[in-house]
Amino acid sequence: MSVLTKQELDYLQENLKREANEIEQDIVGAEWSEHCSYKSSKKYLRLLPTKGKRVVVGPGYDAGVLDVGGGYVLTVHIESHNHPSAVEPFGGAATGVGGVIRDIMSMGTRPIAVLDALRFAPITGMGKNLAKSKWLFKNVVKGIADYGNCIGIPTVGGEIEFDPSFEDYCLVDVASIGFGRKEDIVANQTDVGDVIVLGGGSTGRDGIHGASFASKALEAENRSAVQIPDPFLEKLLLEATMEAVKQGCIKSIKDLGGGGLSCCLSEASDNLGKGFDIELSRVYAKENGMTPNELMISESQERMLYVTDMARLPVLESILEKYEIRHSVLGIVQEHRNLVIRHGGKVVAEMPSHLVTHAPLADRAIKRPAYLDKLKTAKPPRTPANLGKVLLSLLSNPTIASKRWVYQQYDHEVGVRTVVKPGIGDAAVLRLDNNKFVAIKLDGNSKHCYLDPYQGTLGCLSEGRRNVICAGADPIGIVDHLQFASPEDPEIYWTFTQAINAIVDFCKFMDIPVVGGKVSFYNETAKGPIKPSPVIGTLGLIESASHIARSALSPGDSIFVVGNTVPEMGGSEYYEHVHGITGGPVPKVDLQVDRQNGNAALGLIKNSLATCVHDCAKGGLAVALAEMAIAGSTGFRVDLDAVPNSCSRIDDLLFSESHSRYIIGTKEQEKVRRALQSAGTTFAEIGSAAGHIEFAKDKKKAIKLTLKQLQASFYSLEKVMQ
Amino acid sequence: MAKIGIAVFPGSNCDRDVHHVLNKVIGVQADFIWHTKDRITGYDAMIIPGGFAFGDRLRAGIIAARSPIVQEVKRMAKDGLPVLGICNGFQILVESGLLPGALMMNDSLRFVCRWTIVEVKNNRTPFTSQFAPKQTFGIPVAHGEGRYMADSKILKDLKKKNQIVLQYFNDNPNGSSDLIAAICNEEGNVMGMMPHPERASESIISEGARNDGITIFRSLVSNLKQKAIA
Repeated sequence: MSVLTKQELDYLQENLKREANEIEQDIVGAEWSEHCSYKSSKKYLRLLPTKGKRVVVGPGYDAGVLDVGGGYVLTVHIESHNHPSAVEPFGGAATGVGGVIRDIMSMGTRPIAVLDALRFAPITGMGKNLAKSKWLFKNVVKGIADYGNCIGIPTVGGEIEFDPSFEDYCLVDVASIGFGRKEDIVANQTDVGDVIVLGGGSTGRDGIHGASFASKALEAENRSAVQIPDPFLEKLLLEATMEAVKQGCIKSIKDLGGGGLSCCLSEASDNLGKGFDIELSRVYAKENGMTPNELMISESQERMLYVTDMARLPVLESILEKYEIRHSVLGIVQEHRNLVIRHGGKVVAEMPSHLVTHAPLADRAIKRPAYLDKLKTAKPPRTPANLGKVLLSLLSNPTIASKRWVYQQYDHEVGVRTVVKPGIGDAAVLRLDNNKFVAIKLDGNSKHCYLDPYQGTLGCLSEGRRNVICAGADPIGIVDHLQFASPEDPEIYWTFTQAINAIVDFCKFMDIPVVGGKVSFYNETAKGPIKPSPVIGTLGLIESASHIARSALSPGDSIFVVGNTVPEMGGSEYYEHVHGITGGPVPKVDLQVDRQNGNAALGLIKNSLATCVHDCAKGGLAVALAEMAIAGSTGFRVDLDAVPNSCSRIDDLLFSESHSRYIIGTKEQEKVRRALQSAGTTFAEIGSAAGHIEFAKDKKKAIKLTLKQLQASFYSLEKVMQ
Repeated sequence: MAKIGIAVFPGSNCDRDVHHVLNKVIGVQADFIWHTKDRITGYDAMIIPGGFAFGDRLRAGIIAARSPIVQEVKRMAKDGLPVLGICNGFQILVESGLLPGALMMNDSLRFVCRWTIVEVKNNRTPFTSQFAPKQTFGIPVAHGEGRYMADSKILKDLKKKNQIVLQYFNDNPNGSSDLIAAICNEEGNVMGMMPHPERASESIISEGARNDGITIFRSLVSNLKQKAIA
């Protein structure tokens, strides 16, 4: 049965000027799946600003490449493995890590870090399906840990959100960054007569139809569509590929991912502008009797495609043999631009590569969802009498609580580059070989994006920028991972276009290029669609070790806040987690103010005026201050009347998630005041480090807690997961 | 000039880190040696780094223990040359019979990556000679199978012969018997340790702790230099 629609089959026939045979239909079916073809999103992705002074290679390749000076480049990519992880969390998450690492390798760079953004249904409280959600969470983390730890690439950060819209499902986004010499970037230029080599794992019946499985709603638990991870083999492939790159014996590389050989061969052939003549019987198969269709669409993991010339083939082969990696010469590069597939000498498929890789774009209808108006306002809750208890409840909320239980399972130090480790700063910081440092963070907020996809996405971008600034970095690029339910639903498609608009507006205004990304549609189950969940990965560059900043409050610090606090409670953890309210206006980003505040904060850091910096995000001002206190084992006394705000309620003031706010600890109050004043920011000195945790309002204590109480709530995930 | 060999197996992943610390931070020559090498000459000490040699298939370290290079390491150990196994390297030394006992799954049943504190119990080995007696220092662990286990006779012997080199201090990240973080053979020239000294050798990556891990490598290098003079 063909996975192509009637219109697609007609289009194919029209272009081929004949009917496509079954194998050709399977090849095209894999490549024209939403997952591989971007047929619903391509039109909009073209709007993203992708140029910048550091951009060497932008989106569209396996990974984006940024010049970081001194002859070095950073590569970055993000992918998700949502459907497979929802069915088989361990294998799904592990192969997700494997896939993104191969993308980094494909550029000729060594992966130096992995980050993960994970989304699950709640694992605490009254939810019906707690056990299932915990099972997914536990095994996704274990899958990531087992794969990353074994291969020796540190998992240095990420974020995790819990929301009921992920019931029976999960989002598993994996980003990786690579580092290398600019001259080692694989040029991807080939000549007629070059040979095409497949190296790595054998091809089996696992992961058949994986790409099309991921391109429709999750209906049945199709385990055979989930791939099997082998991190040891990936490690061998990594070392062999790095050695081959150094020896200069690779003319082009491409990893095998979704769609298997179908997508890899057609895309490589089309990118190179050359034809490929392939003999399928040369593929090492896991079992006898695999059909050409199965060989072409199997998504067996840990496979790489190399193109080299006859002269250098022996060198490549000897490297693969050193690492005991199975490999075979599959075919040869030809002048024509077709993908010719033979099986036992007989041509079983022959199509122009350009046709295979260019699915007819889908024209999707757009409609603003009706629910948005209903949720525009929400009846505010009564202000709780015990606000201290509310703060503790927010700190133990798994979305906010320390992720120590997670990151201690990840080897986050291998590679001896991790300077700012998980749990200490707003972004992970790794050292590079050119005396500079890269800061990286992933951010998402499904709750905000559901209520207002445009402002919600702007918020993720603002938060990402804030996070790398808080580490002391200048933002240099972003990657976006856009995750939605079915694009065939006009209301859902509208939310996707809103997210795109936000990225375009933000990145143009801030002059930050989009260097890579991925779109994942059809994230829905019988329980319904997920909330719109764009995840933004932000990269920053730190020029000097003295600029690296952390969030730990220290004794003697004066505390400043930069930015205004507005009662924008929609989608806040306070409304959703504490009161179970979904609705109300979400925080809005004023781009001008956002840039101004960020630049002012970065200026303080670079001038060594800040002892600690932290941004306000989920849980608002109160949670941000509590996190700084916990990180530095130092309490504080804050006067809420001093905080610049337009809130009429104390709970809004404490827990509003207004953007563009930074909390800064300093021992140089006067200099900080002058700098913030001359930057034109809204700011105030709001308190100082102390022994206990105290918020005062109208000269009265509004919250009084001990550091121990904060810690007990914040480090509660271990108990939940016992 | 002293020269140190770093054994590299398929799946080793801390080899480059140890190489970096020895060559770039300390400034002593250290070279990678591939696991198929069955004749090693010109090296004054061997380090078996951490990672997942052979993917930890069957059991951590067991396949590597049967590789050609480990047979050479055994010969070098017998000749009295210093041999240091870190993390997976410790597992390999145990599986090869150079050190007694076994390394089991952590008591939490989970991989653990975090900083801990260890106390020097024996500062008369070639790897700890530059530490003060009973010195404590911060160092990270990162392992799934790091719980040192041995029967009571071995544990008694280890204590009697002063073979417990490092002990976890007010902490036990994996449930090891007698808080064991590192042991050596009777002669003292072969040591296995679960924590990663190469990750605690530079202050910039030693968050909140000093870079005392480097003293392990400095002790080794100083020992080799003394030998060269003698």
